[in-house]
Amino acid sequence: MKTLNDIFDQITEAFGEEDFELSEQDAGDSWITVMPHRIHEVAKYLRDEQGLRFDSLMCLSGVHYSKEEMLGVTYHLYSTEFRHRLTLKVIMPQDDARLPSVEQIWKTADWHEREAYDMLGIVFEGHPDMRRILCPDDWEGHPLRKDYKEQEQYQNMKVPY
Amino acid sequence: MFKEKGPDVTFSQPVEEADGLKTQEMIINMGPQHPSTHGVLRVELTLDGEIVTRAVPHIGYLHRCFEKHCEAMNEYPKVIPYVDRMDYVAAMNNEHGFAIAMEQLMEIELNDRVEHIRVIMAELQRIASHLLAVGTFGLDIGAFTPFLYCFSEREKILDIFEKASGARLLYNYIWIGGLMNDVPDDFKTDVSSFVKTFRPKIKELNDLLSNNKIFLVRTANVGVLPEKVAINYGISGPSLRGSGVKWDLRRDDPYSIYDRFEFDVVVGKGEVGTLGDCWDRYIVRVREMEESLKIIEQALESMPDEGDVHESIPKKIRPPAGEIYSRTETPRGELGYYVISDKSTSPYRVKARAPSFVNLSVLPAISVGAMIADMVAIIGSIDIVLGEVDR
Amino acid sequence: MGLLDKKYQDSNIIIVSLEKALNWARKSSLFYMQFGLACCAIEMMAAAASRYDLDRFGVIPRSSPRQADVMIVAGTVTMKMAPRIKRLYEQMAEPRYVISMGSCSNCGGPYWEHGYHVLKGVDRIIPVDVYVPGCPPRPEALLQGFLHLQDKIMNESLSEGGQSTPVVVEADKDGNISVKNADETDTHQNADIKFPQQDAKQKPAG
Repeated sequence: MKTLNDIFDQITEAFGEEDFELSEQDAGDSWITVMPHRIHEVAKYLRDEQGLRFDSLMCLSGVHYSKEEMLGVTYHLYSTEFRHRLTLKVIMPQDDARLPSVEQIWKTADWHEREAYDMLGIVFEGHPDMRRILCPDDWEGHPLRKDYKEQEQYQNMKVPY
Repeated sequence: MFKEKGPDVTFSQPVEEADGLKTQEMIINMGPQHPSTHGVLRVELTLDGEIVTRAVPHIGYLHRCFEKHCEAMNEYPKVIPYVDRMDYVAAMNNEHGFAIAMEQLMEIELNDRVEHIRVIMAELQRIASHLLAVGTFGLDIGAFTPFLYCFSEREKILDIFEKASGARLLYNYIWIGGLMNDVPDDFKTDVSSFVKTFRPKIKELNDLLSNNKIFLVRTANVGVLPEKVAINYGISGPSLRGSGVKWDLRRDDPYSIYDRFEFDVVVGKGEVGTLGDCWDRYIVRVREMEESLKIIEQALESMPDEGDVHESIPKKIRPPAGEIYSRTETPRGELGYYVISDKSTSPYRVKARAPSFVNLSVLPAISVGAMIADMVAIIGSIDIVLGEVDR
Repeated sequence: MGLLDKKYQDSNIIIVSLEKALNWARKSSLFYMQFGLACCAIEMMAAAASRYDLDRFGVIPRSSPRQADVMIVAGTVTMKMAPRIKRLYEQMAEPRYVISMGSCSNCGGPYWEHGYHVLKGVDRIIPVDVYVPGCPPRPEALLQGFLHLQDKIMNESLSEGGQSTPVVVEADKDGNISVKNADETDTHQNADIKFPQQDAKQKPAG
């Protein structure tokens, strides 16, 4: 079992320090922020590295930070072997939200990434099937963005009450 | 007025030509209205004769904007009714999970009575949910009688819930920091008499369904989910344990007071067929009900009579800025809540990691090569609740 | 044996108007479409199962819309599902009836305000005969809904095309159940809507 600081040290040792940042919080979980272009290799490293073995992606969530005009993706990882957990965050600008997919590393990410795309408009590059998953294909907008305004009509049905 | 996407039945190019006979792959839609898709799931099946060559699940037919509602509510307690409606078959477990996430973020300590009541409620709900899963699974396969047996037992559990909370299905009973109200005076006798009467019923169910020859033929060796695939897809709950993985959050990442109780983690053993087939997933649920009974008995024994269930409920729920990911074991698997608080009275973001959502994603991987009739068994054995898949 | 053969053992002739006989036959075997959407579907299943036993009213589930007389819209209707529900309704043979079960299909229920993907009331796409309120309604409420549908069928007339206004089953504080025409209870026409929970001063527990 490793603490967040140990894991952070191990990551920065392997990948250099400039793309990573450790945010320690008083309440709740602390996390490591990763630059979007590094996420795929970091994820692979975290899964395969001896002593880390994050074999399970518990959750992948998209978040809209409306004040900063940023979109984020949060990865919650867990190692069933060593029983430690890790929170990774990727933050990117709202108007160019693209990052590599981790679907090849954890299959769990497949539908979660599609959901993040559907709800927030985050594009995961390298995902084999980047379509909407919950809303219909011809839906307008990404509902979980804070500035989302629901459409008036959908296929001649009134949407608001 | 409405336009449907694509026709219901389409024929593609001939795929095989032997002895002058042409065969074509056919695409059919199973659902969204189908009696055994457990709601409004639609599966697009590509068939070669009777054999499924590709299955693509389409979800979202019950997308009720859970996450948007969490953000739009102006108080944290108002989220709990929506949490109920996510997995409506196991509402208590959902509430429990959300309450635990919030209590972790706000660092609220609970007294023993509250914890005990919560565990008893959660385990009763697990039994009720498994009964429904098992009963409808039998119904899918074509056995109607077990469904009626299961439902009459389930009603007894719902009576206990109704006495405590006033509702049959969606309770809003477990609150952040406590409970809606204390249990009625005869709660202990009610629960213990249920436990007593329910034990023999499990044997009855086994005689009626589990070891039924027709049922065995329909479920053994069907929809085999190997251990490695299950872990890679992040499957959890009885579906994972059916593949022989001994993983239960109640034991492996204990929350609430589960570390105080003795119980076994039931896993599939491949008794009647291959390890990880539909029967294994089914029997794990049946045996888990017995384990839940064990937990309930122990909890009844150690439950203190004194303790205010409103003691730790904060006057105003205003968690510190921060975020939490907390997970619990519901009847369907690992239910995680990712809550971001911005120090206001309502959550900034709530993401529910629904077990059914993840479990269903394995369907394309395990249904290739199955017959159409087996699809029904496979979907039934994964035990999805569409409210949770689509949220 | 039964009651009827004893009652009419002297003569086999029953004199009844054709209208009544037809309506009686219709109301006594209401086959409903086995089709659940959300939470209410679980209560619908409970209503059909051992304790509540819908079968005793001649109400039996059918899996195909072609064989069904009544469609229970049990649960939240979403934008993605609405076209399918309309199509299912169109596939049913006439005379056909619709019971809207639960607040979600009545008016959007708890999702009426922020539910961007929820259709606020199934009556926006198909005509509804009986609205059963509740979230979810108890199985008894669904039974009551069926009884009212049976009443409605009994009052149908061959000449008027069988059209009548929808009814609403309502329960007051004391548990008295009353039936009203939907027009009477249509709150859209009365601007003065009061929500009781806003008036009562809420005290946080603890």
